[in-house]
Amino acid sequence: MTWPILSIVIFLPLVGAAFIFALRGDDAAIRNNARWAALWTTLLTLFISLFLVAGFDRGIPDFQFVENHYWLGGTIRYRLGVDGISLPFVILTTALMPVSILASFQAIEHRVKEYMIAFLVLETLMVGTFAALDIVLFYVFFEGGLIPMFLIIGIWGGKRRVYASFKFFLYTLLGSVLMLLAILAMYLHAGTTDITVLLTHGFPRSWQPWLFLAFLASFAVKLPMWPVHTWLPDAHVEAPTAGSVILAAILLKMGGYGFIRFSIPMFPAASEFFAPMMFALSVMAIVYTSLVALMQEDMKKLIAYSSVAHMGFVTMGIFTLTREGLQGAVFQMVSHGIVSGALFLCVGVVYDRMHTREIDAYGGLVNRMPLYAAVFMMFTLANVGLPGTSGFVGEFLTLLAAFRTNTTVALLATLGVILSAAYALWLYRRAIFGALEKKNLAGILDLSPREIIIFAPLVALTVLFGVWPGPVLDTSAASVSALVERTHATLAAGQKAALLMGGNP
Amino acid sequence: MSAQLPAFGPIFPELLVIAGALALLLLGAIRGERVAGMVDIAAILIMLLAAALTVLQPGERIEVFGGSFVVDDFSRFLKVLALLGSAASLLLSIEYFRAKNIHRFEFGILVLTAAAGMMVMISARDLIMLYLGLELMSLSLYVIAAIDRDNPRSTEAGLKYFVLGGLSSGMLLYGASLIYGFTGTVGFTGIAAAAKVPSIGLVFGLVFLFAGLAFKVSAVPFHMWTPDVYEGAPTPVTAFFAAAPKVAAVALFIRVAIEAFPGIVPQWQQIIIFISIASMVLGAFAAIGQRNIKRLMAYSSIGHVGYALVGLAAGTPAGVQGVLIYMAIYVAMTLGTFACILAMRRAGGMVEEIDELAGLARTQPAVAFFLAALLFSLAGIPPLAGFFAKFYVFLAAIDAKLYALAVIGVVASVVGAYYYLRIVKLMYMDEPAGAFLPMPNELRLVLGICGLFVIFFFLYPSPLVAAAETAAKSLF
Repeated sequence: MTWPILSIVIFLPLVGAAFIFALRGDDAAIRNNARWAALWTTLLTLFISLFLVAGFDRGIPDFQFVENHYWLGGTIRYRLGVDGISLPFVILTTALMPVSILASFQAIEHRVKEYMIAFLVLETLMVGTFAALDIVLFYVFFEGGLIPMFLIIGIWGGKRRVYASFKFFLYTLLGSVLMLLAILAMYLHAGTTDITVLLTHGFPRSWQPWLFLAFLASFAVKLPMWPVHTWLPDAHVEAPTAGSVILAAILLKMGGYGFIRFSIPMFPAASEFFAPMMFALSVMAIVYTSLVALMQEDMKKLIAYSSVAHMGFVTMGIFTLTREGLQGAVFQMVSHGIVSGALFLCVGVVYDRMHTREIDAYGGLVNRMPLYAAVFMMFTLANVGLPGTSGFVGEFLTLLAAFRTNTTVALLATLGVILSAAYALWLYRRAIFGALEKKNLAGILDLSPREIIIFAPLVALTVLFGVWPGPVLDTSAASVSALVERTHATLAAGQKAALLMGGNP
Repeated sequence: MSAQLPAFGPIFPELLVIAGALALLLLGAIRGERVAGMVDIAAILIMLLAAALTVLQPGERIEVFGGSFVVDDFSRFLKVLALLGSAASLLLSIEYFRAKNIHRFEFGILVLTAAAGMMVMISARDLIMLYLGLELMSLSLYVIAAIDRDNPRSTEAGLKYFVLGGLSSGMLLYGASLIYGFTGTVGFTGIAAAAKVPSIGLVFGLVFLFAGLAFKVSAVPFHMWTPDVYEGAPTPVTAFFAAAPKVAAVALFIRVAIEAFPGIVPQWQQIIIFISIASMVLGAFAAIGQRNIKRLMAYSSIGHVGYALVGLAAGTPAGVQGVLIYMAIYVAMTLGTFACILAMRRAGGMVEEIDELAGLARTQPAVAFFLAALLFSLAGIPPLAGFFAKFYVFLAAIDAKLYALAVIGVVASVVGAYYYLRIVKLMYMDEPAGAFLPMPNELRLVLGICGLFVIFFFLYPSPLVAAAETAAKSLF
């Protein structure tokens, strides 16, 4: 008998959540036990998810670790599996969860038990989203994530947390329900909800634009793309540090993953048709939000806008419909997951000490916190996309693909790279360099051992993927190639059919 | 011999409920108010027994009384649902009436007669039987609404309900007489055979009949009584109104539409689409401004009837299946929510303002957790049961190519999500407004069952889905 590793990875956090739910005793003991139980659960989940990496055959593009069980009746079944595209996201999720939990050890003081339960439930739903091979199951996981995130922002967030949580919830829900209708229509047309079958089903060309737009409504909000990104800065600013990390590192990636998993292979004709629009929106996101980021006074807001800009590279890469573009997009998402998560953690470090995120409230931190300055420098440069950091690889690949497809787009997107250097380095200069003039900063302490443990793996991964992107690129190579070939074959067949139709009126 | 006597086997559950009501009435009349608690328990047991008998009935279609009363999978499914809903709301009421010192034995008996009326409605297969069942239920409900007879709000609610209900019954009767006049029969089979083509008189009759039915399910534009009656009636009565009678009225709606008018689907479909859209939209927008939780639940129930009718608008077996799943999940969500509303008691008495729920997660974490789950479920967020309810009705709507209806419906559900979220926000994100009294055990039981059902439905949904499918097929 083989172990259902994916199911274990998905539901182990729920077991941990149930355990924490059952904790009894005095308040301090519950707080402490909940923290450690959550940390061990996520570490164990990470450990088990590494078996996926070990057992994954990189040579074949198909779904692996497939599970298939009776669920809703009919063709709607409990199907799981990962391929080279989803596996990196599963590992990204399981890897960042312990980091987020550890980062919340001291920042979260009240209602720790509920907080940890919400995070563990969220992990289950996120991993499930990436591993689902049934489109209804995918939707259940995808949408279910709103509930814990709503509570995390709304309960443990900052001053305007209620506004931010409502905006986050309703915005995302509105996009998603339209996707639900598209999913229903696809189910009725194809007669199945099996993603592997839907990938090759070939929806009628007249349907594809509508289905594409319905999926776009959901993924564009989730990613987020300009102009539906406005929920993100609010949600990021108000969320607790670990919430921002998860939001930036994983929840946003569901949008990009959705484009690669559903929009491109299932609606190739519509993807090609809408590609110019997607390029335009991507470039708008890259340039406009970079300019907006320049003007931010709030550190988290600045990083939030930079996230939107970086996601612009992702959509640009995806809609080149080329191997480089898609692989670059996957890599960019993984890298952004690590780097933006780390940047939010960096903000969290000073926020925990000073309880403000205003850039002007800081300055000269390098004098008191050399270690912190080094770490922050590392991730700032990775965010800019300096060669040698993971940020470079994704941006380079997507720009390369865009250059081949549409030079103007690549040219404008490159502007974004320059702008990102401007806002990121300016932020760094204002917060870290200069003289330590503010009196209340005089006693600020450098990274604690716990924070060093949090940052160490992230620094290591950023450098590792910067100089050796192989692990991610090799994993996704086979699946992406197969996807691109199939998409182009479908498009070519469609064009041939159109020519034949045109030739014989 | 057997030819003269109607077969009583198929209607045994109905007989049991009616006989039980009469026996308890005698008991109450002889022993007085002291036996009120006993009557309630006995009524609950009778309804549970009737539900069990209904489940145990042979799974075939039986018509009795010359085809005017039918027992099939559809009626069995809905009768069980209506009986369980009635029994649960009666259970919810015991502590409330005892605490307010208005514990009367009539309440349990009236719930029993209302339940009998519902069962007759669900099984009715001609217009006479339909009206008998409907009035048996409605008259019981009018009295129940005014059960707190010394309270002006309760009596006002009862009177309002009675006057408007009488009007709707009149419309329904007028429609029924037109249909009889233009088809020459009151039996659904006969009507279906005669109504192959729409005639103006028939459509007129249909419109009036549907207007009467729309009143009973409180669908827009016949919803005006709902917020006032829900607010004025004692809370357990509101819980009862929101659950079981809706099931019966929706059942009647389905059976009339599908069995009596299969030949003129486009004529009634557009009516259903209109009232469905209007109910969903009004339910979503009007609830936003409410401060009183009972009024809010009234608008919420209007909205949910709109969603259930989406399935009927499809007019297909899948659509009816969707409605049945929707109603089953709706009853669980509603009863669970009302169990929480009934637990909103302070030393000074019941409170009904939504703001009173502030900080419930601090003072009563378990109750807040279940209520939050129920509210997310009412909003239709997966993986809770309410999502699957919406899933099936919208699946049927898309299948029937009712795209506009589906899009408006899901967008309205986002608007509706706002006011459910607002309650969650109050409970989880605001400072406590003071603790409520501890929750009575009956409420805990109902809340626990409904909450667990809503949360864990996704693990093993197939029994309900399969039962609803069988039930829906028996109509076609």
